[in-house]
Amino acid sequence: MKEHIFPAIKITFVSLLFFSGIYTLIVLGVVQFSTNKGDGSIIKENGKKYYSNVGQKFTDDKYFWSRPSAVDYNAASAGGSNKGPTNPQYLAQVQARTDTFLVHNPGVKKEDIPSDLVTSSGSGLDPHISVQAANVQIDRIAKIRGIAAANIEQLILSNTEKPLLCFMGTERINVLKLNLALDNLK
Amino acid sequence: MSTEITGISIMFVLLILLAIPLGKYIGKVYSNEKTWLDGLLNPIDRFFFKLGGVNPLKEMNWKQHLLALLTINFIWFLLSMFVLMNMSWLPLNPDHNPSMPADLAFNTTISFISNTNLQHYSGETGMSYFGQLTVMLFQFISAGCGMAMAAVVFFAMKEKATDKLGNFYFFFIRTCSRILLPLALVAAVIFAFNGVPMTFKGKDTITSLQGDTVQVSRGPVAAFVAIKQLGTNGGGFFGPNSAHPLENPSYFTNIIQTIYILLIPIAMVFTMGYILKRRKLAWVIFGVMLTGFLLLLIPTIINEMNGNMAITKMGIAQPLGSMEGKEIRFGSAASAYWAINTTCTSNGSVNAMHDSLTPLSGMFVMLGMMVNSLFGGVGVGFLNFYIFIILAVFISGLMVGRTPEFLGKKIEAREMKIAMIIALLHPLLILAGTAISSYLYAHNSTAYASWLNNPGYHGFSEMLYEYTSSSANNGSGFEGLGDNTPFWNITCGIVMLLGRYLPIIGPVAIAGILANKKYIPESAGTLKTDTGTFGLMVFAVIVIVAALSFFPALALGPIAEHFSIH
Repeated sequence: MKEHIFPAIKITFVSLLFFSGIYTLIVLGVVQFSTNKGDGSIIKENGKKYYSNVGQKFTDDKYFWSRPSAVDYNAASAGGSNKGPTNPQYLAQVQARTDTFLVHNPGVKKEDIPSDLVTSSGSGLDPHISVQAANVQIDRIAKIRGIAAANIEQLILSNTEKPLLCFMGTERINVLKLNLALDNLK
Repeated sequence: MSTEITGISIMFVLLILLAIPLGKYIGKVYSNEKTWLDGLLNPIDRFFFKLGGVNPLKEMNWKQHLLALLTINFIWFLLSMFVLMNMSWLPLNPDHNPSMPADLAFNTTISFISNTNLQHYSGETGMSYFGQLTVMLFQFISAGCGMAMAAVVFFAMKEKATDKLGNFYFFFIRTCSRILLPLALVAAVIFAFNGVPMTFKGKDTITSLQGDTVQVSRGPVAAFVAIKQLGTNGGGFFGPNSAHPLENPSYFTNIIQTIYILLIPIAMVFTMGYILKRRKLAWVIFGVMLTGFLLLLIPTIINEMNGNMAITKMGIAQPLGSMEGKEIRFGSAASAYWAINTTCTSNGSVNAMHDSLTPLSGMFVMLGMMVNSLFGGVGVGFLNFYIFIILAVFISGLMVGRTPEFLGKKIEAREMKIAMIIALLHPLLILAGTAISSYLYAHNSTAYASWLNNPGYHGFSEMLYEYTSSSANNGSGFEGLGDNTPFWNITCGIVMLLGRYLPIIGPVAIAGILANKKYIPESAGTLKTDTGTFGLMVFAVIVIVAALSFFPALALGPIAEHFSIH
């Protein structure tokens, strides 16, 4: 025991210096060469700053809605609902979200709503919605903003992010970027 | 749909292409052969050995190895308890987060030194940056310890009869400096250039487009995420782990993070082949592990892509599969793929919430942890598999009526007793823990109402999952469980402690005892272990042990839940 205890203490402190200290400082040093210097991906628009990866709450009818969030898009305490797939209370909540969506989007049929619009994401900060989720909101936004539906369709098309290298993963739309583009459409 | 499948197929192919050469490199590091990083890393190692006051060439027997391991882990325990309970006044705390109470600090400390990374706190509110950097240290060195112990077992499996099995500090420090550090640096830089924050600034405040004021947590995330993925640690910087868009911002970062989960666990199998010069044995073991892995993976992907039956019945379309608890940028296939990767290894990071997986997927992720040796944690995964090999050798020996031998060493009563104890420990810890908590809940469900986020079968699954994850040193959770209470903190802490050190001590002891025995050259009567037949035997032992131990509990949880909606 004794022959190990002093090496153990000394190695622990050298490791602390090395793996907590020097390793962190190297990464911190290298990241100073990136565009945002380690602050994450940031977009600036009309003098305001947004994190392009951090989803925002959109519930106004004039914007494309984002997904429901278990933490109300609080990026200081993120999280999912952790509801089990058969929890009756959870299923009732999904039903309520569907009903709300139908009220705000008259003319849309229930089976046209993709499930991502009525289920909450893992982080509660999902920045994306699916293409179907954007398309199903076109009529509402066209009516409120007085813009031709075709123009909005075009906007969705130009804001659709393809799968990685066009063949890996999902097709998706960044809601914040889409809504910023929508505001600039007038 | 098909781009989702292509995505995970490519991740898997890249993984295998990287893991095989890495395995050879790790073998060279442990055998003290020349590698191309020597020029850069030799001085660092010398610095460690000199300041630590150890002679890396002094050989140890298996008992000395274990003593060195347990001593240094005890020092880490004290260091971690001190830091976590004093974070509020220590430096690097821009968000003024509080110190941990004793029970939570105990749980978190055991969790990180045992390579589990079960988190009963949420990083944004429960940790200062100083605390984060301290637990990041344990992510390196706890992984280093597990791999060092696997190296001891590899050298003990050689033909020579000896009790000299290399030096603990040599294996441990070289693991950290030559394997973990370079790989972590590469990934950390890639993450930092792809939208993962790397800063010591505190929370940012922004106004959303719709006009809400939002606070955004940040921190030195990129450095942390790299090692958490690499060392089968899995402890997230933020509460939702790699589902958080700042921890895993895109499909590209997701590919790298997913590959990093299985990279070293697969490589270690080939490291064994390299050190023992038994390539064929390595491929047989790889084949057994891969078969089990795919049997869990494929149905999980199908289940998640098909969506939640209960929601289908409500008449809602699920074109992307089951999306509760999942992120659009990964999709259901890559989330299911990650879920099986993270539970077959003892990683435990998540990119989707496991609590919201469809019932059978929930069972498959639990099975990954219950078997805990389909690649398994870095180093320790192989140690768990070694126990199953010993059991399979013994049973095969009985079947053909010969003295069981493994790689030319006779397996006798003492080794078998140790192997049995270790094989039964894991189910005992899981089932006893679940039984106690279920008893408490069932007898006073009002007093413990805050425990379960979901009623019925799923609530039972939440408790079963927590102990499974603790005993397997996994660290993921059915996070709906209200687990930051003294009961859960202390019982899970004890389970993690026993589930870490006993399954290290057992295999190292067996290997050490066998190494001391005389080598019996191969003859016509030797049971060959590098054949498909033996692989099948090992696989059967794994399946039988898992089924006998866990089927009743799984029937009460996920299986019952599955049939309730079908």
